[in-house]
Amino acid sequence: MAGMSAQKPADGQEQRARDMGMTTEALTGRTQQVFFEPSEEERFTYPWAADVDYNKRTEIDADGLTTTEVNKRLRDLMAEGFGTVVIQNPRGKHGLGVGILNRLNLIFEGSLGYFGVGLIDGPNVRITGRVGWSCAENMMAGTVVIEKNAGSTFGAAIRGGDLVCKGSVGSRTGIDMKGGTIIVGGDTGALSGFMMQRGRMVVCGNAGKNLGDSMYDGTIYVGGEIRSLGVDAVEAELTDLDRAWLTRKLRQYGLLPERGVDHFTKVVAGKQLWNYDNLEPNEKKLIL
Amino acid sequence: MAGTQYRGSEITDVDQFLKDADGLVSEREKEIGQHIGYRYDVNLVPDYDRLTPFLAKYMEVMGWDDLNWLEDVHMGYEEGHPAVFDRNINGWVRVPDSIALPDNQQDRDMIARELLIKFQMSDRHPLVELRKAYMKF
Repeated sequence: MAGMSAQKPADGQEQRARDMGMTTEALTGRTQQVFFEPSEEERFTYPWAADVDYNKRTEIDADGLTTTEVNKRLRDLMAEGFGTVVIQNPRGKHGLGVGILNRLNLIFEGSLGYFGVGLIDGPNVRITGRVGWSCAENMMAGTVVIEKNAGSTFGAAIRGGDLVCKGSVGSRTGIDMKGGTIIVGGDTGALSGFMMQRGRMVVCGNAGKNLGDSMYDGTIYVGGEIRSLGVDAVEAELTDLDRAWLTRKLRQYGLLPERGVDHFTKVVAGKQLWNYDNLEPNEKKLIL
Repeated sequence: MAGTQYRGSEITDVDQFLKDADGLVSEREKEIGQHIGYRYDVNLVPDYDRLTPFLAKYMEVMGWDDLNWLEDVHMGYEEGHPAVFDRNINGWVRVPDSIALPDNQQDRDMIARELLIKFQMSDRHPLVELRKAYMKF
């Protein structure tokens, strides 16, 4: 890489890593010998999170500011204890409100461009306008409510939290989602839920072609027509627990249909594509 | 190989992975020597009648009407021990033996959620040290 020479790790780096509770062994997905301590202090936010007060409110006029300037101002305001921030005139700027790992009420008065409010963990966001591609990509926790429409790859790789678009969204909604809930008040485009691994997607309107294609797990609920199911996506029975959850969740965001949720179709993985298989490399060798 | 026609085993008993740590049920699992799929039902939605006071307070502090991201947190099992997966360390956090396990998955999930919050927000969570070491701004 330019400007970097190949250097050996600094002396003692491995020891420092061990002192920090890390090890240099490859992760296997198994325990790292971390045990919960029952006497842990009771707290609800990350140790480094700013202590904010939802009743302390301020505004930022984004006109004339760059994305970086707006995001830095947001960070500074949280450090000052502001728990409710209104951003005026976002004017479709890309990458606004990303990487917030704090509790915060964030209101955008207008529309966002690409990758708005991505990588967030905790805040409650309301956007009065529209959003571009990949809104709330890699979201970890919190709520995001968009009053109008959203672009493609809405909630890509989302891991947790509630992502709600009251209008319609483009294609590949929730692609590679690994948790959380995506709710669409209108229609969703083709290949929604593609390679979904877990979490829930609720579409009150219609779904485009290849819904849930190659999904590994998770659940998709559709209130309207499904143009076609993707590979290994199958219909399942809507249970009473599903109905109760759907009713509560949709009511929470003012999207509960007048006729209830009984007409929703539930789609899950057929699990025919599962191939978590130790033998696979050997089988490949034999075949090849 | 893609398209292989087999399914993972179903979880039929809440104690399945306590009694049988390997959890090898289907012929395919026995053949390859590993359990296929999760050791809990990832699609189980929470029963809010079983919410604990701690979790109710957490929801209030965060300003949420429900469990939000915790809806995806369940009690799982690692090598025959109850544990909860912490996405922030990409590893399992074991539940102490001193905590009695309820007889149903919904209540176990609530315990797992509570433990995970307490662990993630604690000063001794590995992310605290990682943040000190790698934080850029």
